[in-house]
Amino acid sequence: MSTPNMALWEVFIRSRNGLAHKHVGSLHAPDATLALQAARDLYTRRGEGLSIWVVPSNAITASDPADKEMLFEPADSKIYRHPTFYDVPDEVGHM
Amino acid sequence: MASASIQIGDDPLFLCALRRADDALILGHRLSEWCGHAPMLEEDMALANIALDLLGQARELYSYAAKVEGRGNDEDRLAYLRDERQYRNLLLLEQPNGDFARTMVRQLFYSAFADPYWRAMMNSSDPTLAAIAAKSEKESAYHLRHSSEWIIRLGDGTAESHRRAQEAIEHLWAFTGEMFEADAGERGLIDAGIAIDPASLREQWQSTVSAVLTEATLTQPTNPWMQQGGRGGRHSEHLGHLLAELQYTQRAFPGLTW
Repeated sequence: MSTPNMALWEVFIRSRNGLAHKHVGSLHAPDATLALQAARDLYTRRGEGLSIWVVPSNAITASDPADKEMLFEPADSKIYRHPTFYDVPDEVGHM
Repeated sequence: MASASIQIGDDPLFLCALRRADDALILGHRLSEWCGHAPMLEEDMALANIALDLLGQARELYSYAAKVEGRGNDEDRLAYLRDERQYRNLLLLEQPNGDFARTMVRQLFYSAFADPYWRAMMNSSDPTLAAIAAKSEKESAYHLRHSSEWIIRLGDGTAESHRRAQEAIEHLWAFTGEMFEADAGERGLIDAGIAIDPASLREQWQSTVSAVLTEATLTQPTNPWMQQGGRGGRHSEHLGHLLAELQYTQRAFPGLTW
């Protein structure tokens, strides 16, 4: 099952109204129309979605895993950025 | 202990449901033969999905046919205990898968008929058939889209994919006329508003197929001769082999469940 000349596509599914499209996986397809059909066939077999996006994988610019420490570790020491230092009155209920 | 084969009766409503059930089961079985063998993983899943849609349609239609028949049969007995002469499916649908182009052309020819057929049957005065039609129409609409998109890409693809698609069209063309047949029994159902006249869908079928073939740069055969027989139980040599595989377990171990 080799797939020559088949581009890689990333698939995003929105499961219901009001939610965001979420990345669910990838697939091979020769063009956008067939990528959308393949996404439907591969990723919505159990009623997972109401909307599908497919994006060519090569259109995604990704951060370099080697930059992980530089990019993400500085945030670890800044716990004051989490809004956990406030007493929430009971009357507010679930936020 | 061997299971005796079932002989079917001639009640028109029973036969009407049975014909459509046989169409769905036989094409579904053919598509299931691709499982694990399709040209790419994505298409393997797509073909299995279509097969499962058709199997679901077959189950509902067989169950209804058995109820109409009233002889204590059920979906399983109708599927597993009939010999080939008792099957009423279109010859088109029992033709071997061949290459991917032939499978897709077969799917296009059938889906271009099944989709408007089920859409029209949603207005059947028989509520069970109307309900089965409403569910089946959504499925067949997708089967039509899927096969159309592939035929366009095969026909307008490489020299080899074009050649294979054109060969498949030539090979299967003579099996397309049978779709528009109705016998005297079915004609009574048509007059009663229970069934629709398949011949009334010919123009729409032609225009769907022409549009796809034109975009695919493929040529429609002009040979007007059409092979018939499936609706009357006279099948090609391929159906017996298919049924041998489909029915083997129930014939060898009657009543086996898992």
